[in-house]
Amino acid sequence: MATTSLGLRESSAPLDLAARGGWRSIKNRLMRGLLFLSFLVVMIPLLFVLMAVVSRGAKVMGWSFLTKDIAPIERRPGGGVGPAIVGTLVVTGLATLLATPLGIMGAVFLNEYSAKGIFGRIVRFMANVMTGVPSVVMGLFIYVIFTLTFKQRGVGGSLALACLMLPIIIRTTEEMLKLVPNYLREASLALGTSKARTIVTVVLPAALPGIISGALLAVARAAGETAPLLFTIGAAKSLQINPFADEAMTALPLQIYSNASSSFPAAQARGWGAALTLLLLSFLFTLIARLVSARFATKR
Amino acid sequence: MKFDVPERASSSPAATAGDSVFALEDVAVFYSDFKAVRDVNLTIAKNEITAFIGPSGCGKTTVLRSLNRMNDLISGARVEGTVRYRGIDLYADEVSATQVRHHIGMVFQKPNPFPKSIYDNVAFGPRVHGIKKKSELDAIVEKSLRGAALWDEVKDRLNTSALGMSGGQQQRLCIARTIAVEPDVVLMDEPCSALDPIATARVEDLMQEMKSQFTIVIVTHNMQQAARVSDRTAFFTAEVNPNGDRRTGVLVEYAPTQTIFSNPGDPRTENYVTGRVG
Repeated sequence: MATTSLGLRESSAPLDLAARGGWRSIKNRLMRGLLFLSFLVVMIPLLFVLMAVVSRGAKVMGWSFLTKDIAPIERRPGGGVGPAIVGTLVVTGLATLLATPLGIMGAVFLNEYSAKGIFGRIVRFMANVMTGVPSVVMGLFIYVIFTLTFKQRGVGGSLALACLMLPIIIRTTEEMLKLVPNYLREASLALGTSKARTIVTVVLPAALPGIISGALLAVARAAGETAPLLFTIGAAKSLQINPFADEAMTALPLQIYSNASSSFPAAQARGWGAALTLLLLSFLFTLIARLVSARFATKR
Repeated sequence: MKFDVPERASSSPAATAGDSVFALEDVAVFYSDFKAVRDVNLTIAKNEITAFIGPSGCGKTTVLRSLNRMNDLISGARVEGTVRYRGIDLYADEVSATQVRHHIGMVFQKPNPFPKSIYDNVAFGPRVHGIKKKSELDAIVEKSLRGAALWDEVKDRLNTSALGMSGGQQQRLCIARTIAVEPDVVLMDEPCSALDPIATARVEDLMQEMKSQFTIVIVTHNMQQAARVSDRTAFFTAEVNPNGDRRTGVLVEYAPTQTIFSNPGDPRTENYVTGRVG
């Protein structure tokens, strides 16, 4: 009988399949412990942020805080963030409407039409550069080229946010499209389906959950941005819904910023309240988007 | 891109059994500057099953994919020579690959149903080609699933995901999906290589039933399969280039299956089919 280099065959001892102790199992336990530890380390800041925001924000949180106008006098308690919630919803919503279709179409172009082409590479490179543009710069840029000319404050804010969202959406969508197996495209094309139709009916539905996650990431990022909105939408105290008007609006991050930098305890409490509101809002977005994507996702 | 199926049927020249559907003249396929297969000359007859056999890397699949322009999807792939389908040069400028594939369907090696319901998988092609009415779609789905010998197994769960089926069922679903667009030719690229013997037998039986309506070209690694199902067999092999670094496929012999397996004309064919080489 041939013997292997492991010597398994030559031995006539009874078969023993029990785990060998020693270094290998110690290493296994050690690495598992390290992985668990790093998980805890990652969770700690997240939990502390949540605890801090929830415990302090809860003091002012309530229906009247969510609906009332911004407090007219900084040092007195009272007032709310109603206009800021509306402003965030309107400005971020408009930015999402602008950036999501554009970003998805850009990613479709990059992945499906010009994966290796020169033009595709240039576009991908530009998108990556755009990710690195500081948000203040984006806000200033939009303020100068758009807001000053067209006098639409809300739209200006949306444009600035959309510019920040666009590269994120392009990148995440492209990654998701790369994950769609090629055999699905081939299956569709082999039925005499055009490329465009294949993309719409096979590729995008297969990538939809991932695309929605990417878009959400971008929305959450944009909803929390302060700097691009400082110049563009301004800081109103009362409700302003129309983003096309030359009237200052306001948004939750702006309220957090202005209240938190105040020295009055009442204002600081409102700042925490606004932070909690923003957190709840993005939680709500995530929940809705998950439900929607579960509804439309292709059957697996 | 609307497509009228009856119109297509009348626009194709009526051919009778034995007429040639494909005529390949001096076909060579390149991947960038690598010549994958060269000097392929053969004709494929209507309502017959033609098998391509040969060792790995001999270009069988490459030739098969050049028949419905699936090679277009591989960047750098290029076809030289002429591939005529019912007299039309498939690689002429005015020919649309999309239209070509509507007439010449393909079943792949690995079952590749869409992550949709069984019904939507089969109805996908007809919907693409403009059929919207539910009753019409229902009829096509039933007919195609019956044609793929799958109807009785799935008729009660048409709206469940196709990915919950067994591999053999998935492959028959892919066949149903292909025949739902009423192609003229069905190309099969090793359709049974991922299936167990029972599922393989079902697909082979199915091919015999499909023969009356479709022309079938099948690539297979399994010589018994070629012998069992095909009317004609083309044997390909790979030739090593003089410098020994690259292999190019060549068509060695193309003859009725009976001849290839019992009285081959080329010693290389004989060595392969008797199991001495390959």
